[in-house]
Amino acid sequence: MIQSLYLGLKYLQYHIYRTLILIGSIGLIIYLPLGLRKLISESERQMMARADSTPLIIGSKGNATDLVINSIYLEQSDIELIAYSKTKKLDKLGFGYSIPLISVFNARDYPIVGTTLDYFNFRGLEIASGRNLQFVGECVIGSHVADELSLAPGDSLVSSPDNFLDLAGSYPLQMKVVGVLNTSNTPDDRAVFTDLKTNWVIMGLGHGHQDMKKVTDFSLILEQDSSNITASAKLFIYNKINGEDLESFHFHGDANTFPISAVIFVPDHHKAATLLRGRYKTEAFKEQILVPSDVVRHLLENIFRIKHLFNTAFILVGLATFLILSLIIALTLRLRKKELYTMFTIGSSKTKTIEIICTELFVIVLGSISLAILLYGVTGYFVEAFIRQFIL
Amino acid sequence: MIELSNLEFHYPGSDFKLAIEQLSIARGQKVAVIGPSGSGKTTLLNLIAGILEPNSGDVKVGDRHIVSLSDKEKRDYRIKDIGFVFQDFRLISYLNGLDNILLPFKINNSIKVNGETEDWIKLMCDEMAIKSKLSKFPNQLSHGEKQRLAICRALVAKPSIILADEPTGNLDPANKTNIMQLLFSYASKNDSTLITVTHDYDMLKGFDTVIDFNDLTSKKA
Repeated sequence: MIQSLYLGLKYLQYHIYRTLILIGSIGLIIYLPLGLRKLISESERQMMARADSTPLIIGSKGNATDLVINSIYLEQSDIELIAYSKTKKLDKLGFGYSIPLISVFNARDYPIVGTTLDYFNFRGLEIASGRNLQFVGECVIGSHVADELSLAPGDSLVSSPDNFLDLAGSYPLQMKVVGVLNTSNTPDDRAVFTDLKTNWVIMGLGHGHQDMKKVTDFSLILEQDSSNITASAKLFIYNKINGEDLESFHFHGDANTFPISAVIFVPDHHKAATLLRGRYKTEAFKEQILVPSDVVRHLLENIFRIKHLFNTAFILVGLATFLILSLIIALTLRLRKKELYTMFTIGSSKTKTIEIICTELFVIVLGSISLAILLYGVTGYFVEAFIRQFIL
Repeated sequence: MIELSNLEFHYPGSDFKLAIEQLSIARGQKVAVIGPSGSGKTTLLNLIAGILEPNSGDVKVGDRHIVSLSDKEKRDYRIKDIGFVFQDFRLISYLNGLDNILLPFKINNSIKVNGETEDWIKLMCDEMAIKSKLSKFPNQLSHGEKQRLAICRALVAKPSIILADEPTGNLDPANKTNIMQLLFSYASKNDSTLITVTHDYDMLKGFDTVIDFNDLTSKKA
């Protein structure tokens, strides 16, 4: 057996490139279903973990998936906004507390999420450097955003206007980065957090400008009476909020009517959640209440139904590999007919010849399995980062 | 002594037929087998080696009836008593010189490498002038070197019979003489029987006996 292994290894060593190609091909074919399965199950786990940690979501009626994706994975989608007053109404019910969210704008491709400090406590997010939000115009960024954009407390980040051609729309706001969050390996790492007011400023619902009572350039004033001053378009609107300008920032209208994307509702206990859901079923609400885990599970069931298709494909690929391998063996035996006959002539048995061939195959299969295990291990090591980068 | 008696052999589906009524080759004899292609010279070697089985008749080597040996006994007989030398060398392309010489020990467990074997290999390699080629692969050797290496492999187990099938067929005149001298020398020193198939009539003078297949020993069906 040792001599057969020796001869087999010598053959494989002599044909090293052919051997490596074979090991690589078979290894990849073994790895592919395992790796993909790992990727799918880890994706499912991570997506479900995020959903499971979010008890209830309330938002406008419409596409439940869009609402949940927007609220828990912070992916922006076209959902109808609801009024901020909804948060207060929910709180008054006494079933728990609500966390408003608004995620409409981006800053350099990362979502700007307007929320309250409760969100950080709820998600267990901690400040790694700097401090938490205190004033309008400040932002706290996720660790990934900080790394990718090379930002640290004290730097600034400008919101991206949603439409350059919309003169009445949002204007870019230069936000001050006051803190960087600890890495949580969740979508929070890839978000820019502000308070709700900062978001409303970006929306154009609040702004700061020159004090009209102090202007010396009268071309800025279109109309003036005892109670109102109408300014011209020449009036300078601040595009950042600093200590000096803070006083000049104000909102037009009732904040209760200002928009938010959704509300995360954290019930005091399971019964409170059931009662709240019951109300939404029996009473006429403009909004819908969702259990994120139900929505995500349903979504995953549909998405990963393709897993069955993969399984079938892998069986077919495995069969094809087996056939190709058989063909390679048959062709190799034909090429080596003279060599094997020489061995037989000298005094080898057919069993010995088969043993040598089987040893070679064993080494190739062993190498392939080792490669597949190695790749599987590497997948396991990088799967979370990969999913965060490309899936979540 | 090798004795063939009332031997008949034919390949299935072929009109070729080899018939040898009586052939005796004494131990230590150097025998040349000549004749046209397809006359059965290589078949004769294979019958003596027990690779082919005659349809009738007997092949006796010493006191052993080769026909009645089991497969394992035939393999052991070939590995211990027979040294094969081929026209096309039949070296294993992926083994270096030394591993090619040691091949018989790697494919059959009935013989083992010991100190005596190692000394014998060193001596052979010195005589064949291939000591410096042992780490080379066959494709790195000249034809003459390949055949000398193949002869070392054939002689490594100190066989009592050497079956050489046109051993000089692929060699230039200088190498032909050299190779035949090496085979004669071994056979003489070890009292081994040398049976050589050849088409080269210039090589016949060193042999004790010449079997000519143009004569009565061979016939077509």
